Amino acid sequence: MATRLPGTDVVIVGLGAAGGVAALPLAEAGLDVVGLEAGSRLTRRDFAPDEIRNNVRAWPFAVQKCANEVPTLRRTRSDTAVQRGGHPMMNAVGGTTLHYWAQSWRLNPWDFRVIAETTQRYGASRIPDGSTVEDWPFSYEELEPYYDRVEHEIGVSGQAGNIDGHRDPRGNPFEGPRKRDYPMPALRWTGFLDKMADSARSLGWQPFPGPAAINSRAYQGRSACMYHGFCNKGGCHVDAKNSPAVTTIPRAEATGRLKVVTHAHVRQIETDNQGKVTGVTYIQGREEFFQPARFVLVASYTYENARLLLMSKSRAFPLGLSNNHSQVGRHYFSHHQGAGVTALFPYDLHAWYGLPAQGIAIDDWADDNFDHSGLDFIGGGNLWVYSDRRPITAASMSTFGRAPTWGSAWKAFVKENADRTNSAYIQKTTLPYETNYLDLDPIVTDPVGDPVIRITAEYKQNELAIADFLQAKMERWYREAGAIEVIRGGLGGQMGVTTHAYGGTRMGDNPETNVVNRYGLSHEIPNLGILGASVMGTSGARNPTLTVQALAWRTAEHLANNWRSIVE
Amino acid sequence: MTDQKRPQLISRRALLRSAGAASAAAAAGAAGVPEVAALPMETAETTLAPTSETSQTTSSVGSRAAYEHLTAEEAELLEAIADQLIPADEIGPGALAAGAVVYIDRSLGGALADTRDAYRGGLAAFDRYCRSSRGAPFRELSYVDQVSALIDVETGAATGAGTGFAGSSAAFFGMVRSHVLQGTFGDPYYGGNRDFVGWDLIKYPGVRTSVWPRLQTQLEAGDLAPNHRSAYDSENFEKAVVRATSRGTSHGD
Repeated sequence: MATRLPGTDVVIVGLGAAGGVAALPLAEAGLDVVGLEAGSRLTRRDFAPDEIRNNVRAWPFAVQKCANEVPTLRRTRSDTAVQRGGHPMMNAVGGTTLHYWAQSWRLNPWDFRVIAETTQRYGASRIPDGSTVEDWPFSYEELEPYYDRVEHEIGVSGQAGNIDGHRDPRGNPFEGPRKRDYPMPALRWTGFLDKMADSARSLGWQPFPGPAAINSRAYQGRSACMYHGFCNKGGCHVDAKNSPAVTTIPRAEATGRLKVVTHAHVRQIETDNQGKVTGVTYIQGREEFFQPARFVLVASYTYENARLLLMSKSRAFPLGLSNNHSQVGRHYFSHHQGAGVTALFPYDLHAWYGLPAQGIAIDDWADDNFDHSGLDFIGGGNLWVYSDRRPITAASMSTFGRAPTWGSAWKAFVKENADRTNSAYIQKTTLPYETNYLDLDPIVTDPVGDPVIRITAEYKQNELAIADFLQAKMERWYREAGAIEVIRGGLGGQMGVTTHAYGGTRMGDNPETNVVNRYGLSHEIPNLGILGASVMGTSGARNPTLTVQALAWRTAEHLANNWRSIVE
Repeated sequence: MTDQKRPQLISRRALLRSAGAASAAAAAGAAGVPEVAALPMETAETTLAPTSETSQTTSSVGSRAAYEHLTAEEAELLEAIADQLIPADEIGPGALAAGAVVYIDRSLGGALADTRDAYRGGLAAFDRYCRSSRGAPFRELSYVDQVSALIDVETGAATGAGTGFAGSSAAFFGMVRSHVLQGTFGDPYYGGNRDFVGWDLIKYPGVRTSVWPRLQTQLEAGDLAPNHRSAYDSENFEKAVVRATSRGTSHGD
């Protein structure tokens, strides 16, 4: 029997990138907020520069709720889904933002209007067969003030390329117009990054430093980045990575309106006979609690958002909460980030100190920034070259067929080349398709007996064609900078479990094809909202987190401004 | 060996000094009483290196370390394999001097406990394979036969009557190689990379908690001296404890 707790205005399920941001405008508006987090609180003392713990033994993912809820995977509905590998997300106050790369991009204007722009420029026949892509219910301009707000609230470093239509050649020439500059200048470059930028320019491309939720100088009383090289899967030892754990969550707590509950594992959203939600049931250790709330904001990861809705069945919602149109789990996709390119150079790159968010972006081949008339795909990719190396990873490098993988000849090879290799990160436009979706696995459960999510998804021709096109561009760039060997990864097949998972509770005006409305509120339940990339209908060619946070702020602001009409 | 008993909260710095001294002694041919991780130190040690009262004896086969989880026969064979994977040569010391097998042994009592059976079965299968295909235990084979036997294991070709690798021998080889790399190039806190021989081999300039622009400039100019210290030499960090997972994960940004 669950212990009934005192009621609150808003309960947020998950205090990560999205929920941790939304808590601040809600608390500042005077609403009482309970934040339920499955993980614990960590501090800078937990973030040792330790490659074995962080990277080899995958410390961020060990011993926690999501490690017990790894989704099952299959390519098509005729395959059998199995669990393979781990869950890439972290449970903690601040969530995966504790150890993420912190690349904090705005989507480009094209990403909001894929159908309209493609139809206008090339004709409707260029929308790939079987894709369920829709235009967003609003344009980039609608989200701009929220991007701006979050960039300043949490702190994002970067180089603007377009302030109110005024172009700055140091920034991204393709970005949408922004109201003002980033609050901090971009992270520094290394000599190798300078060389890659020169090489890009000699190809006629337009290199620029990428944006990061990392302090390039002291900001809001927190330190500047120390570039020590353990940012990737490691938390920040000087609080220079601007997770909600060190930015919006403490500020929300300081209002006295946010109560953080850790180790709370939510299993069910409860519903009344009128079709409204009444709160959530969670377990903490062996105890069960019911947290009543006037509004429920679901803010866990994409897989867990869909899972919690599908598990929350009731008389009013027999297929799962907010699923009377059978849209929960639909329009799912994993960002195509694979199909990498790795190069060997005849000189040291001096990449031992740095971080993945310290790098060079090329947007010339992203979105619709180039003419697709003679091509067999729409969209494109962002090329990212960055500085990130640790000793075990370095010694585990490819030998490019130039040496065996052990013995004295190998030893001589790594002695010379451990600091001479670089791998590009290429994020590509990825679309939703009719045959790619999430549902509950009929067999596999977590330790408390709840079904895990089943992913049925594969990359289609459009994604594979982009991958092939972008690998050729990347190889050309590396060769221009003097690479003596270049190898390419496979183009991709199954959509795996990933940190860039989208859809399942898509946002849109049409309730027949979308779960939440343009403000992130359920089409079917007036006092239920959903935050996270699960509401995004397109990926763009860049990391989702800043867009997730801008949307979270917007949903929270809408809720606070319309509180009475929404909950009464 | 009662002189190995130390107070609970011995400092990390002192531990590394003692490890360095021990390995220097080992290099000079003395019977080693090494091991960083064999000394009790806060809670992490219960995971990383449970101290066993019964295993504080130096291997009778003259190995350089007192192993706690591997048997003497297993340790002898694993040392010989590690010595082929990353040999000591004119370039410098290899996996043995780094203590890579010590790293594996310690980890088998903690984070790598799930691989204990894979080591037990794989090493026994490899021993049978060497005897059946080359007519002698691995350590008694010629250099050329050792290399060719390992290539058979690496490529999955080590099969035959009674060999009995669980699955492909290539999977066993891949596991051993990755753990030898971890023990040679990982933080010395875990018992390997002794005297920082792994980091010096690949010219890793070392763990630092702040890298100001001046340091990056020095690095690029070739003027930055390596910083020989463990992450846990800093008092700023809680000791690492990760139990068994190490499941592969996708891109982690």
